[in-house]
Amino acid sequence: MSAQPSRSIQFDDQGNLRHFLTIDALPAETLVQILDTAESFIDFGLREIRKMPLLRGKTVVNLFFEPSTRTRTTFEIAAKRLSADVINMSATRMSTTKGESILDTVRTLEAMHTDLFVVRDHASGTPHLIADHLPSHVRVINAGDGRHAHPTQAMLDMFTIRQKKDDFSRLRVAIVGDILHSRVARSQIHALSILGAREIRVIGPRTLIPTDIQSMGVNATTDMTDGLDDIDVIIMLRIQRERMDGQLIPSEQEFFNRYGLTEEKLRFARPDAIVMHPGPINRGLEIASSVADSSRSVILNQVTNGIAVRMSIMARIMGGSGR
Amino acid sequence: MYDKRAGMPTVDLTIRNGNLVDPANGINAVTDLHIGDGMIKAIGLPPSDHSPERIVDAENQYVFPGIVDLCTRLREPGEEYKATILSETRAACSGGITSMVCPPDTFPIIDTPAMAHMVQNRAQAAGFASVHPLGALTIGLRGEQLTDMATLADAGCIGVSNALVSVENSLLMRRAMQYASTYDIPVFLTPKDSWLQGNGVVHEGRISTRLGLPAIPEAAETVGVARDLALVETSGATAHIAMVSCRRSVDKIRAAQNRNIPVTASASINHLLCTEDNIGEFDAQYKVIPPLRTESDRQGLIAGIVDGHVAVICSDHQPHGADAKLAPFSEAAIGIAGIDTLLTLAYTLVRDGIIDLETVISAMTDNPARIAGLDCGKLNSGSPADLCIFDPDKPWQLNEQTMQSQGRNSPWYGTDLVGKVTMTLKRGEIVYET
Repeated sequence: MSAQPSRSIQFDDQGNLRHFLTIDALPAETLVQILDTAESFIDFGLREIRKMPLLRGKTVVNLFFEPSTRTRTTFEIAAKRLSADVINMSATRMSTTKGESILDTVRTLEAMHTDLFVVRDHASGTPHLIADHLPSHVRVINAGDGRHAHPTQAMLDMFTIRQKKDDFSRLRVAIVGDILHSRVARSQIHALSILGAREIRVIGPRTLIPTDIQSMGVNATTDMTDGLDDIDVIIMLRIQRERMDGQLIPSEQEFFNRYGLTEEKLRFARPDAIVMHPGPINRGLEIASSVADSSRSVILNQVTNGIAVRMSIMARIMGGSGR
Repeated sequence: MYDKRAGMPTVDLTIRNGNLVDPANGINAVTDLHIGDGMIKAIGLPPSDHSPERIVDAENQYVFPGIVDLCTRLREPGEEYKATILSETRAACSGGITSMVCPPDTFPIIDTPAMAHMVQNRAQAAGFASVHPLGALTIGLRGEQLTDMATLADAGCIGVSNALVSVENSLLMRRAMQYASTYDIPVFLTPKDSWLQGNGVVHEGRISTRLGLPAIPEAAETVGVARDLALVETSGATAHIAMVSCRRSVDKIRAAQNRNIPVTASASINHLLCTEDNIGEFDAQYKVIPPLRTESDRQGLIAGIVDGHVAVICSDHQPHGADAKLAPFSEAAIGIAGIDTLLTLAYTLVRDGIIDLETVISAMTDNPARIAGLDCGKLNSGSPADLCIFDPDKPWQLNEQTMQSQGRNSPWYGTDLVGKVTMTLKRGEIVYET
């Protein structure tokens, strides 16, 4: 007698995507459509009048329980280019039962006729919780939750990869560094796997690689020489210095020696391999300046693409929505 | 002191044609049971002086000894907004439970005789299931100073426990065991290494990796089990390891029992039925500590029940209000309200052919009674009539109307279930009837 099966709340009864919470278990077709639509938005930023009426009259609330400038800004620009009204809420909340609960905060804002919440929180699962307790016409986009997912970041990374390397099925991709704490890595792994990447490798010391990572369809290795062999795309993850208290890695120097991406280590990869990083980068910790600023680096392309991809995702889930 | 509620007199009655299952006495047969003056008077033929006021037809139903639940949280004192002794002892009876053991982690903590008396007296005044507290092992559960264990035992505590709070100081734990053993007080343990447990909320494995939730490795439990078994072996204590969650813990306990170390173990019904996979997309109804682990672990626990090395199935009842789980997974309340469903869910293991009926019933009646030192859990003539009648085919749904616990936190809330207690007797009183 098993209890209720888990269900995906990302889709409505007709199978339309109504929230963008995680890439896990999305159909490849959906991802490709999002990338294709983003493609059509990419030149849009270069026009003189950068407004589209798709979300005119809609209210978007950027609900950020965790500080962020870059991600929030790109969401704000994306929503404004689609003619939505945007409200930024940088709220702090206590991670206890004291104080106003997340759902009370969200219901209050919803009562003011919000159409879309863009949510970031330090706890894994918060956007799911919110999406599960809102009226069905309100949409939620996950802008990063705990260690769980950062699906819009992963989509802009896929977009950037597709710009440089057309066919995912031929690509070997390495994700390097702190996999354990990285919501970006988890979403990238799902996206790459759904889009049919030939191989996904994660590289890092065992303290930073989650157990059972193989269950997500990746190969784990601890060594950069082997790990970068024959690799087409290298994704360096940000090391959060505040997490490194001497128990996960002994020192920044030792980490950089082993895993920091230098020109020397870059030679282990394919000669046309590109280098990515979700930013903000720690120069001299996970990546050498000479690599970050080199022609192999597409880090700034990622930032630019972020707006078009987020526009595409907003347009997708708001399409056909309405009270 | 004994404040029996009005309208619940003991009735002399006969339960006819029920399938009596009494593992302690090796009975599994369709027969009659005769009750008078609150006592079981006879099984089979009625005694000559028996004149029942009521005859209960239990055809196609089971008659079990009243369930003895080794781990239930009643929330009183201290958290009466979640549940009370009255609400939960009454709810327990609707699930066939007639005796409940409660851990000492109430507010205030049960580390004084006064608290132990209070809990028992309130339960007695309520008149439903009896409550048998565990006294705190250390004052305030702080792991620093031993409680007056012998006094607590005199006050009715059936054992001592530090509840879910790990005693990090191994020397203190050893002394606690030595001291408890001086007075033959059983020590109830929930072994864990608090450093390895950290701020984890789910099993370290597939789900923690996919959902990015802080993880509790299996070693958080097995390191604790290994330490505590070593201390039990050398201290002379009798120990019960409450609610093991993984296969390797069962292996260690089995090996210890095979060396005649006086240790018993229990598993919660949640761990016998669910795994980490039930969490799906952050379903906080499945958030329990110790966490739900893998299918292999679940099978290991079932094997432990089958071979008897894990002797007890308990509910690990932890009632919360409806909104306690409405938070991000890592901040949602821990636990499942389980007294309404313990017997129904345990019976599914029988129906599915996983564990035989006698073993399941024994694991919820005479085994826990023996471990708690209680004279119940069996249907002996001359014993107080604590029993329940269970209809294995009765469909019902756990919902607002049927859930008797004040808690609303159950993964089975809103689902259709099969098998329901139809009547419960405590000391011969009908304390529940559909």
